[in-house]
Amino acid sequence: MHLGVEEPIRECQYNQICTHNSSPMDTPHTKKKKIKRKWQVFQGRNKFYCNGRIMMAKQTGVFYLTMVLILVTSGLFFAFDCPFLASNLTPAIPAIGGVLFIFVMGMLLRASFTDPGVLPRATPEEAADIERQIDTTNGPSGPGYRPPPRTREVLINGQTVKLKYCFTCKIFRPPRASHCSLCDNCVERFDHHCPWVGNCVGRRNYRFFYLFILSLSFLTIFIFAFVITHVILRSNRTGLLSALKDSPASVLEVVVCFFSVWSIVGLSGFHTYLISSNQTTNEDIKGSWSSKRGKGNYNPYSYGNFITNFCAALCGPLPPSLIDRRGFVQPDTPQPAAQTNGSGACPSNQVQSHMAATNPLLHSQTVILGGGAPLQAKTSLGGPCSTLGPSQPSLPSSIPGLSCGGELMALRDSEIHCHHHLHHQHFISPEETPSPPAALPCATHLGHHVHPAQLFDPASQDSLHEDSVRGLVKLSSV
Amino acid sequence: MAETHSLQDLRQAAVASKVFVQRDYSSGTICKFQTKFPAELESRIDKQQFEETVQTLNNLYAEAEKLGGRSYLEGCLACLTAYTIFLCMETHYEKVLKKIAKYIQEQNEKIYAPLGLLLTDPIERGLRVVSFLHHAGLSVPW
Repeated sequence: MHLGVEEPIRECQYNQICTHNSSPMDTPHTKKKKIKRKWQVFQGRNKFYCNGRIMMAKQTGVFYLTMVLILVTSGLFFAFDCPFLASNLTPAIPAIGGVLFIFVMGMLLRASFTDPGVLPRATPEEAADIERQIDTTNGPSGPGYRPPPRTREVLINGQTVKLKYCFTCKIFRPPRASHCSLCDNCVERFDHHCPWVGNCVGRRNYRFFYLFILSLSFLTIFIFAFVITHVILRSNRTGLLSALKDSPASVLEVVVCFFSVWSIVGLSGFHTYLISSNQTTNEDIKGSWSSKRGKGNYNPYSYGNFITNFCAALCGPLPPSLIDRRGFVQPDTPQPAAQTNGSGACPSNQVQSHMAATNPLLHSQTVILGGGAPLQAKTSLGGPCSTLGPSQPSLPSSIPGLSCGGELMALRDSEIHCHHHLHHQHFISPEETPSPPAALPCATHLGHHVHPAQLFDPASQDSLHEDSVRGLVKLSSV
Repeated sequence: MAETHSLQDLRQAAVASKVFVQRDYSSGTICKFQTKFPAELESRIDKQQFEETVQTLNNLYAEAEKLGGRSYLEGCLACLTAYTIFLCMETHYEKVLKKIAKYIQEQNEKIYAPLGLLLTDPIERGLRVVSFLHHAGLSVPW
């Protein structure tokens, strides 16, 4: 999680970095087949490198462009302009330039590789618990079922803040959190998704991002100023044209710096304003705390004066990552249900269509797994399941089963998505077949410790099927 | 109701009963949990005990996220060393998280395990919930 600034930035091949950063636990390949690390089963659209230490967004093309621009411009500066400046003015110039460059690169890498503050998705039990709370607060659904309002209001510092329910992550988003559609994650204190940095900017990497753009502004201005100085000094001796001929790189540097300065300095200024008022880009764009919205509308998160806001943003405590990337997936912990729906469409329709889509898969899966036994189980459940009926699922003894059923449906869906993600992410080594890790936890959650190799245990198939039937019953009652 | 359920159902119902204590956002984005006593725990534990546990956790998290001289110093020092200092030492937040883990373990050993409850560390749930897991073998819960 904590990276030194000297980490290689090139896209690491999974196996290559494995040997470089190997720990005693990583080397035995046979062990890796069975026990996966949590980053390998992560539901968001992120790329992981160096065995989960580095986390970036899926699209990283623009990030490489940023790197190239900075490296090339600085490289040309040090190679062509610095010798002249060091000998004719002072060697402090390349020294300061060097320090600035290292700081810029360090901050860029830190901002790009750090987890921005991704909120892990709710476990199936939590999701079920929240569903239950929403259902009870909204009363029994009558004819013409309407989806319950998925917002909660909280009073923070005298301001009413609405907490929205995230359908993908199945949580009520904390204040200031937002769901990034590019990365498909909820991020704490979400600022924006920065393609230049190749990552979201959130609570955990905002200071790195800010320091990056601030130091980059200084570096750009520094290079611009000294390249111009270099050209002027040379042209004093030999004339402008021959000066440009002697040092052609300077032209390129000036052009790059000239166009960068406006955008980067502007961005630094904008973020300085945001930090001093303790707002995120997201809030500023929406005008959440703008006085134009209404009298008495103020930012409840601001500490009052800009100094405290600054100190809090840049020097405040750095919270640890909430997604335990390098931890091992425990066989008996339930994995979060993943229903990745990109848009915020009508929830009930979304849910039902998902369920409908996964139904055939589920039935075919259970047929494969089970034998004659599931059919028997089905008929025996006819009685109790029908009693659940249209009543609200507030019966305590039936809830875990229901939630498991519901989660099983979702888990089947996530299995498909998991495959999807696994295909997109290049880090999976060839010999690892994409086993359905998400399908495991439900079975194990019932008290059977199902391992991937033991998935065809008849007892667990029974329980899986029972739950799937119950899950279907719950949906049909809705 | 119980008689129509098979043995497997009872077992899974007992193992899987969890009570979640959600976050309290009334003080902003700091990590704080609701001290409202959940109805499902009424027969299980003492209200006072529950409130004390949650309040202590809240205090510990507040200590982790506190803005003060110490955190500023740590932040500035980290910035000056380009954050490489965290290769050698832990952040203040991490130190407090360890303290919290120890506290939770103590509480489990002394108070909750004898009552058949298990308090989970919120960090394992992304600091979203504090969950009380009830495992009472084959008995039907409440």
